[in-house]
Amino acid sequence: MGTIEKSFDAGLHTEQLRGRTQQTFFSSTEEENFIYPYNGFEVDIDKKTEFDAQDLESSEINLKIRSLMKEGYGHIVVKNPRAKHSIGVGILNRLSLEFEGSLGYFGCGLVDGPNIHISGRVGWSFGENMMAGTIVVEKNAGSTFGAAIRGGDLVCKGDVGSRTGIDMKGGNIIVGGRTGTLSGFMMQRGRMIVLGDAGPNLGDSMYDGTIYIGGKIDSLGVDAVQSEITDLEIKWIERKLSLYGLEAPNGASKLQKIVAGKQLWNYDNLEPSEKKIVL
Amino acid sequence: MTTKNDELVPEDLGTEREKEIGQHIGYRYDVNLVPDYERLTPFLKKYIETMGWEDLNWLEDVHMGYEEDRAAVFDRNINGWVTVPEEMALPDNQQDRDMIARELLIKFQMSKRHPMVLLEETYGKF
Repeated sequence: MGTIEKSFDAGLHTEQLRGRTQQTFFSSTEEENFIYPYNGFEVDIDKKTEFDAQDLESSEINLKIRSLMKEGYGHIVVKNPRAKHSIGVGILNRLSLEFEGSLGYFGCGLVDGPNIHISGRVGWSFGENMMAGTIVVEKNAGSTFGAAIRGGDLVCKGDVGSRTGIDMKGGNIIVGGRTGTLSGFMMQRGRMIVLGDAGPNLGDSMYDGTIYIGGKIDSLGVDAVQSEITDLEIKWIERKLSLYGLEAPNGASKLQKIVAGKQLWNYDNLEPSEKKIVL
Repeated sequence: MTTKNDELVPEDLGTEREKEIGQHIGYRYDVNLVPDYERLTPFLKKYIETMGWEDLNWLEDVHMGYEEDRAAVFDRNINGWVTVPEEMALPDNQQDRDMIARELLIKFQMSKRHPMVLLEETYGKF
């Protein structure tokens, strides 16, 4: 069957005007399977290997990781990453991945499932568009840490730069130290926990989601407001921090909680007037 | 026992607002509700263990909402709502509904019937 026919069969050319329901409903008879039936590799977490990335280009490192997963390795150690850019990206698999050293820009982006540990520092836009899994950075991170993250736990035990979690749509960003200006800018969903101080304009234009700050907040951004923390959240934060060996400076209950003031919730309100203009 | 955190958002399905804007509002739940780990299902426990995680990870952001007049879960991989079978009895609190939503979503995403399977076969480059 040709590509075009297949895409018609998949319904890709049929616009749905009301809702976006997939007519393939949930089935209770699905067999138990925890690996994506596409792009997923059967790996053994106890099967460990390592390689030296000293003389490899970024793309060669990524292809090497992929080929090792294909061979069934579930635990991969990368030595000497030497702050190369865009490595450890696009891994849609369960995997234990360790980097012994630092990573450059756009490291570990678009990952969906792996548990990654970086012993050094990371550059700009680390963990961008992360979908699932856990990533732990032992030292500091650059700006736009966790930009547009959608799921999973992204942890930096040190300080992070500005615009942390910009446009985040889910998941958890956890910072052991301080975060820079405009953190949580245009945040739409998810949670950010910063145990240290936050720079100016925290949560500017946030639409939804929650930010918890352990230290001093320089200033709040537009439509970011303080809110009361609940018992369920305190329990959840304590549990989450303990997974990464972290602790809130004065206890989880003392964290400042920041949410959207909802004054910018106007997409929905604008739509009818826009429709009138069109009509 | 249902607590304040578990309360279901009123099912004001088919509201004037929806008619006015000509589309359904599926997010009738608190997106910021964090999971209550005492309510994990055995299936989810097994999934977490398989993935090598200590908690629900990305599933913390999965909640049960509505599509048209049916309970549904949003699948980010297809950018669409997937409807819960009508015959399935649902609990009366959001926390337990969310656990069911997470379980159903995993089963759907890992199924060979998932639309991404055909998409990958058709357009996959690797």
